[in-house]
Amino acid sequence: MNATINAAVNAGPETSTAPAPPHPLREFWSYFSENVGAVAGLLVFAVVCLVAISADFTSPHLPNEQFRAHFLQPPMWQEGGSANFPLGTDAVGRDMLSRIMHGARFSLIIGLIVVTLSVTAGIALGLVAAFFRGVIEIIVMRAMDILLSLPSLLLAVVIVAILGPDLFNAMLAISVVYLPHLVRLTRAAAIAELSKDYVTASRLVGAGTLRLAVVTVLPNCLAPLIVQATLSFSSAILDAAALGFLGMGAQPPTPEWGTMLAEAREFVLRAWWVVTFPGLAILVTVLALNLLGDGLRDALDPKLKRQ
Amino acid sequence: MLRFTLTRIGLVLPTFVGITLLAFAMVRLIPGDPIELLVGERGITPERHAELRADLGLDKPLLVQYALYIGAVVKGDLGKSIVTKRPVSDEFFTLFPATVELSLCALAFAMIVGLPAGIIAAVRRGSMFDHTVMGAALTGYSMPIFWWGLLLIILFSGILGWTPVSGRISLLFYFDAATGFMLIDSLLSGQEGAFASTLSHLVLPTIVLGTIPLAVIARQTRSAMLEVLNEDYVRTARAKGLAPLRAIGLHALRNALIPVVTVIGLQVGVLFAGAVLTETIFAWPGIGKWLIDSISRRDYPSVQGGILLIATTVIIVNLAVDLLYGLINPRIRHKN
Repeated sequence: MNATINAAVNAGPETSTAPAPPHPLREFWSYFSENVGAVAGLLVFAVVCLVAISADFTSPHLPNEQFRAHFLQPPMWQEGGSANFPLGTDAVGRDMLSRIMHGARFSLIIGLIVVTLSVTAGIALGLVAAFFRGVIEIIVMRAMDILLSLPSLLLAVVIVAILGPDLFNAMLAISVVYLPHLVRLTRAAAIAELSKDYVTASRLVGAGTLRLAVVTVLPNCLAPLIVQATLSFSSAILDAAALGFLGMGAQPPTPEWGTMLAEAREFVLRAWWVVTFPGLAILVTVLALNLLGDGLRDALDPKLKRQ
Repeated sequence: MLRFTLTRIGLVLPTFVGITLLAFAMVRLIPGDPIELLVGERGITPERHAELRADLGLDKPLLVQYALYIGAVVKGDLGKSIVTKRPVSDEFFTLFPATVELSLCALAFAMIVGLPAGIIAAVRRGSMFDHTVMGAALTGYSMPIFWWGLLLIILFSGILGWTPVSGRISLLFYFDAATGFMLIDSLLSGQEGAFASTLSHLVLPTIVLGTIPLAVIARQTRSAMLEVLNEDYVRTARAKGLAPLRAIGLHALRNALIPVVTVIGLQVGVLFAGAVLTETIFAWPGIGKWLIDSISRRDYPSVQGGILLIATTVIIVNLAVDLLYGLINPRIRHKN
């Protein structure tokens, strides 16, 4: 008798309640992996990362090594090309493939640094604006409005003009340009969270402002920020390449993709390969990141999930 | 509507003041002595240096300098270019029509292609056409447009020989700029072939500059249409026997276009940023190229004035879009 009651009690919870919710990461992956484009983007991005990390060992030549007998040699499948330089050489005899492989490194570092800088500063300013309403909020948000009223690339160009043209200043300039979106997102998300009960509870227990902001509120605002960070990563690569193309980013002979295109410009009608490949590398990387960002947004946005 | 208009203008004013502050601070933030930039490499006596500083008002307190600067800006005086010695505003407004003409053509191209593509993609959701359009749109959105321009030059100018590589019109034609818009001027000039030459110069830059707005408009139109097509009133319109084209065109499209208008307005900033790159590739004599050239010549008064004027243009256009939005969507207007 007792045994049957025990068995019934033990079996009770398992039969009457719904199955345990999946781990958040598992749930995220099940939504994310449904999106073919996003998975493809992730794969391509992983390959780009791998190329960037291993460029020192896998690239056929050094990025700045000049082969004086091989100026503007076409790619291997075209007449006059050779397997020694699979994608051909540029105007001063450097191997295109090696330069593009090393260029991946610059693009990824640019993306990483820009996103780190702008996300950190954006979250800090956004939280400050959300927690200290009033004058501070007005000053921060108006400053962001001013930054937004200038076209992004122009603002970056102006900041670089002030700081001087080099890769680090270009990254700094792009970080400033992306700040407004992140500040607005953080502030809006934080304000929405602040009115919720768990925040009030935490405050009642005696959490200080800093703890409240960083430990209690911030983790619940992360979903839109992650999406924005991914999209900023791809825009940063694009904008840094544009600055390099205008002569305001990385300086020659750095094998940065935009700078390579700037150097290749005068050969546009004579040697299609020096123009085509660096740009293709930019397009593929940025496209992969944008697909990834779209996938992340769909997987992280609970509103879209239910549809 | 008046109250709505006034609130919106009130919101814009602090931004404008901020822009003047930014432009004012910019020249003072640049490392080095502005006088040395002015005189170049020849060197200068201390007396003359002090004299020039006084001339430029650099010896006064910052606040006074800013007040003087604002006073001049309000009167339309943006200083003189160090290189050409001409007033910055003259230089700007001589080149401005070239950029406006290119931007308008690019926007028209983006809308003519993007709106129908987005609408059809939404109506035939999940079809091959939908996937193609969305794939193309994402590619366009990810496109480094300076590279896209070079590719088009390789194909259409290099291989096919259809279009010229740079400039606004062939050097064979010369006429006075009546409006600054080459399409109109070339027609007015009455010279045979001038208009065709202008058009052939305009095609590639238009496509290049229009690519990103096209992608954005197509995506936005599709998602706005999808949202509206699910609404009850569209189902009602169909249920009462309206032809699909009429139900889509009259009932769905009108409402779907509201968010699209905003997105189109936001493209003004994108167009200005893109103009910098497009004009550089095609040697298009507009303000984008002028700004980049001014920066590389360290012509800071030009950069300062140019930034102020571009930001003002963007602010005014965005304000106009905001007001237009209030006009076509009463819900926005009455929220305030």
